[in-house]
Amino acid sequence: MESLKSVTGVAVAMLRDNIDTDQIIPVPEMTRSTEETHERWGAGLFAYWRYIKDREPNPDFILNKEPWNRATILLGGANFGCGSSREPAPKALRGFGFRAIVAPSYSGIFFNNCFRNGIVPVELPMATVELIASQVEASGGAGLVTVDLEKQEVKAPGGEAFPFKTPPALRAMLLSGLDEIDQTLLRKAEITDFQSKDRSKRPWVYAPGLES
Amino acid sequence: MAAARTYFDKVWADHVVADLDGQSQLIHIDRLVLHDWTAGWIMPGFAKAGRKVANPDLVFTLVDHLIDTRPGRTRSQSNAATGTEIIETARKHITDYGLRFFDIGDRRQGIAHVVAPEAGIILPGMTLVCGDSHTCGNGGVGALAWGIGNSEAEHVLATQTLPQSRPRTMRVTFDGGLGKGVYAKDMILALIGKEGANGGIGYAMELAGSAIRSLPVEGRLTFCSMAIEFSARTGFVPPDDTTFEYLAGREFAPKGAAWDAAVRYWRGLLSEDGAHYDKEVHIDASALRPHVTWGTSPEHVLGIEGRVPDPAAAPNAEVRRQHEKALSYIRLTPGEPIAGVPVEAAFIGSCTNGRLSDLRVAAGILKGRKVAEGVQAVCIPGSASVKREAEAEGLDKIFKAAGFEWHESGCGLCADMGNKRFADQRVISTSNRNFEGRQGPQTRTHLASPATVAASAVTGRITDPRPMLG
Repeated sequence: MESLKSVTGVAVAMLRDNIDTDQIIPVPEMTRSTEETHERWGAGLFAYWRYIKDREPNPDFILNKEPWNRATILLGGANFGCGSSREPAPKALRGFGFRAIVAPSYSGIFFNNCFRNGIVPVELPMATVELIASQVEASGGAGLVTVDLEKQEVKAPGGEAFPFKTPPALRAMLLSGLDEIDQTLLRKAEITDFQSKDRSKRPWVYAPGLES
Repeated sequence: MAAARTYFDKVWADHVVADLDGQSQLIHIDRLVLHDWTAGWIMPGFAKAGRKVANPDLVFTLVDHLIDTRPGRTRSQSNAATGTEIIETARKHITDYGLRFFDIGDRRQGIAHVVAPEAGIILPGMTLVCGDSHTCGNGGVGALAWGIGNSEAEHVLATQTLPQSRPRTMRVTFDGGLGKGVYAKDMILALIGKEGANGGIGYAMELAGSAIRSLPVEGRLTFCSMAIEFSARTGFVPPDDTTFEYLAGREFAPKGAAWDAAVRYWRGLLSEDGAHYDKEVHIDASALRPHVTWGTSPEHVLGIEGRVPDPAAAPNAEVRRQHEKALSYIRLTPGEPIAGVPVEAAFIGSCTNGRLSDLRVAAGILKGRKVAEGVQAVCIPGSASVKREAEAEGLDKIFKAAGFEWHESGCGLCADMGNKRFADQRVISTSNRNFEGRQGPQTRTHLASPATVAASAVTGRITDPRPMLG
């Protein structure tokens, strides 16, 4: 798994609420190839908004403009990543170059998927996100933002630092980049023990269609 | 005395394998459902890494997402560019690992969240995950079920567990009785309209009240399938006699003494009086009308007598911008009555409204009537079993005589799986998402109940179904 400790870069503001994963990457972009590369996923990001026809860039879309096309941090609105569970949504964001999102809230499935794809989804109040966005925009994008997962702190272009919290287990996984399955398999004895106790309590779970 | 506990508290506690960090736990997953798209993506890497399936008996696999639904399909036929390849990759690895598989042609094939309850795969008090956000629909039988990403699916396949943060609890109570022509779909749309598309973030939602209790299990499944459109982690209806009657005797439900023991256990899970919920919502079910969406988020919803909102009247600048963007996509005018808007297509199907009771309601309206000229109308039964039962009742003949196409089961047409049937059209749909482009390029989707969709197909305009119900 890809690790992340801190990212400093251009932050782009897309402050609409309820940006759904069908917009982040539409189904036809997911099915057009079975390749697993950053380039492939990144090219599908926001395809409906970003391209006029197939791959012809829409000049009005923010990610097609300098300097926002180099953004590594996305400032978003409430319920970012709602809708479909598709993991290609964070893959497309990562493929484009994003390593952090700062938004007031996320849909749960998307939030969990981010940590497994090298992206930290940071929760900060909308007023803070708007403040950071206004400083970035006032600087024409030259004012960089830092998202530091080790310190759990976002630094705005003006220098103010905003602390944030992430679930400790997911944070540790993203900081270390260790394989999550291997980590859980270290607990195999606990899982076996749980199942053996549970099997006597709920035998029908372990033998679908159990007759007795 | 111990504090009173909710249904959620008890089910969660019975699945904690280990505490991870005080906020999240390693949760046991009782059922993993893999569909073609998830299996086709994760299993090659899983096999290459030499991983073992932790509990093959607890894994169910099927084909639903990428398969074409048109009559006469072959077993890997897909409209998506790499669809056939992914289906065949899934089939190969599922077979190599010897997992239980409801392939195309199997009597039990169908949309994952239709198949799981109807085959008794999912039962009350269980946890179930699947690589599809509408997995939460399984909550209709009192399960905790939610959608996951591919990495999480691989994790469950290898460990039968998932690290999860514990959600907060919400209880949504629908009191009163539903009026004629008002269904579970209208209830969940009304809830999302009232509380917003992000009203459920971070919550496990328990459903309560007389209107929920009087819903048949299929209506409860409809309601819970759209818990994700409310951005809830999951939604569920604690089981009762209606649930037990529905599940008894199904293929993978326990039988005999094992069934009796299960029912005793399930009854013990019910929420206790005085249990604490982090949030409570009350809705008067008797005041509900048929609902239909006007925009590009499920919260953009109206009663059937309503008018398209004017962005100028929005409560704040952000909502105004959103409404303007939605109206520009959906091509409606502020103040226009939603009833009467012409539609070019009608769709009945999906994990939300593709069950037998949905098809019966629609057929009740379509019987002796015809789909309006120029409207393409498609019905996709939610599972092979739903299709068989519908055909045994002659519903297929009613749909076809009215001018509907009658398809094989699958997810197609709820999302844009490649056939572009609804490209640039306005569709009245029983599906669950009205996002931009969801059902095809520039497709403008209006979500509604099967009754409203059938009535609108007949008139060619968004139509209140109540006068057409027998």
